[in-house]
Amino acid sequence: MSLPLQLWEGLLHSLRKLGAAVLFLVEILRQCPGALARPKLISQQVRNSGVLSLIIIMTSAFFVGMVIGLQGYDSLSRLRQEDILGAGVALTLFKELGPVVTALLFAGRAGTALASEIGLMRATDQLAAMEVMAIDPIRRIIAPRFIGAVISVPLLTAVFNAIGVLGAWFIGVQVMGVDNGAFWSQMQEFVDPPDIYEGVLKSFVFGVTAGLVAVFEGYNAPPTAEGVGMATTRTVVTTSILVLILDYTITAYLL
Amino acid sequence: MTADNLVEVKGLRFGRSGRPIFAGLDLGIRRGSITAIMGPSGTGKTTLLRMITGQLRPEAGTVTVAGENVASLSRRALFDLRRRMGMLFQNSALLTDFSVFENVAFPVRENTRLPEALIRQLVLTKLNSVGLRGAADLMPAELSGGMARRVAMARAMVLDPELLLYDEPFSGLDPISLGVVLRLIRLNNDALGLTSIVVSHDVAEISHIADHCFVISEGRVIASGAPAELADSPSELVRQFMTGAADGPVPFHYPAPDYAEQLLGKPR
Repeated sequence: MSLPLQLWEGLLHSLRKLGAAVLFLVEILRQCPGALARPKLISQQVRNSGVLSLIIIMTSAFFVGMVIGLQGYDSLSRLRQEDILGAGVALTLFKELGPVVTALLFAGRAGTALASEIGLMRATDQLAAMEVMAIDPIRRIIAPRFIGAVISVPLLTAVFNAIGVLGAWFIGVQVMGVDNGAFWSQMQEFVDPPDIYEGVLKSFVFGVTAGLVAVFEGYNAPPTAEGVGMATTRTVVTTSILVLILDYTITAYLL
Repeated sequence: MTADNLVEVKGLRFGRSGRPIFAGLDLGIRRGSITAIMGPSGTGKTTLLRMITGQLRPEAGTVTVAGENVASLSRRALFDLRRRMGMLFQNSALLTDFSVFENVAFPVRENTRLPEALIRQLVLTKLNSVGLRGAADLMPAELSGGMARRVAMARAMVLDPELLLYDEPFSGLDPISLGVVLRLIRLNNDALGLTSIVVSHDVAEISHIADHCFVISEGRVIASGAPAELADSPSELVRQFMTGAADGPVPFHYPAPDYAEQLLGKPR
């Protein structure tokens, strides 16, 4: 097959998949009211996706915060502007790094778990058995996991931001000697509500993206060991690329 | 549709990846009977079950269950019809995160609003009927293949369906488990007044309990009747299938070039 033809086939395949994912999302949204009526199922998924991701999120956040603190201090000290370190760290974390890194970590920790869990349920006929028992697997299995992801990602982002700021504070104030009062007061001065809203919007969009990709890939995984493995890999790759594209798009739209 | 047929398949056509699986399949399943669907591997026996449950749609022809054309039903109507069926999957398809008790309770919890006390009684009754009341707290990973099959049977029966579908219920079972499953299929059918469809190629086993058999090959029914009648079938293919002869119309050798010529010829 010639290269242009291969590219064309690839494009068609991607478009077909995008269309299938959108239809899948519509079906999930249709089943969401039924799933929301059973809060126990949702809370269980928030625990699986969110609470169990806390360790990786908090650890990463602390180190990301420390490295921004260190780099920020290095750059700002050249301009003798170390006092605004708190504001710089907060803006970087709240608007960009918090939502993006959380979504990427979520895809690696919880997205893969979701995709492989659903893929294995498909491979072992558990989803087919539910259908025969007159139980809609989208309502019973997929929608609660999707909603769990949509709730978890913004909450994890908030935790990431808080721990990240603490990491930067530790390096900036405790290690490098930036004034404690200046660190916090400059943060209060420069961070406005719209900055927070931008982060919240992003984390929500990324939650929808990460959740949808994971359940879509799992649900459509070929019922083989290789198929489930591939679906898991695709979950991370697709979520990461989509998150970065959406991050730029939202930033460009809001600025 | 014949009045005493619960399931009626007419002119069924279906293919996969360009390969025809059914080429005008016709059969009827009598109410209250145990009907065996037999045939060599890859003849679409499981596909037929999936069409009866509405998981697959035929390309042409109809599958009618209790007077309703399965493919033409709305999603809601299809789910209502499925509440009147139960299916035992080949690999049991138990929910791996739930205990045996919760697996059997699952369709009851999801489809009814029965109080917990009644669900408990119902589940324990069904587990007792398959001899596994004592295993209620075990997880699926702790069960043997035969036990998992029996739990799946209890789950399939828990809502008292009219129609029970069994997909290869004997595969991979030791003789004792196999005997238990055979006995349970007959017992459930007679005691609960069910209609059972058993897809299997374990001819000897299924012949013990089936009232009627269909042999499917190349997308059509090539023979039907009571198991004893099929053993004396004039068709060589049916006889080969029933007796398990290694060679016959279904040849032992996959089509290949001449043996001597290939051995003495140039290596590929």
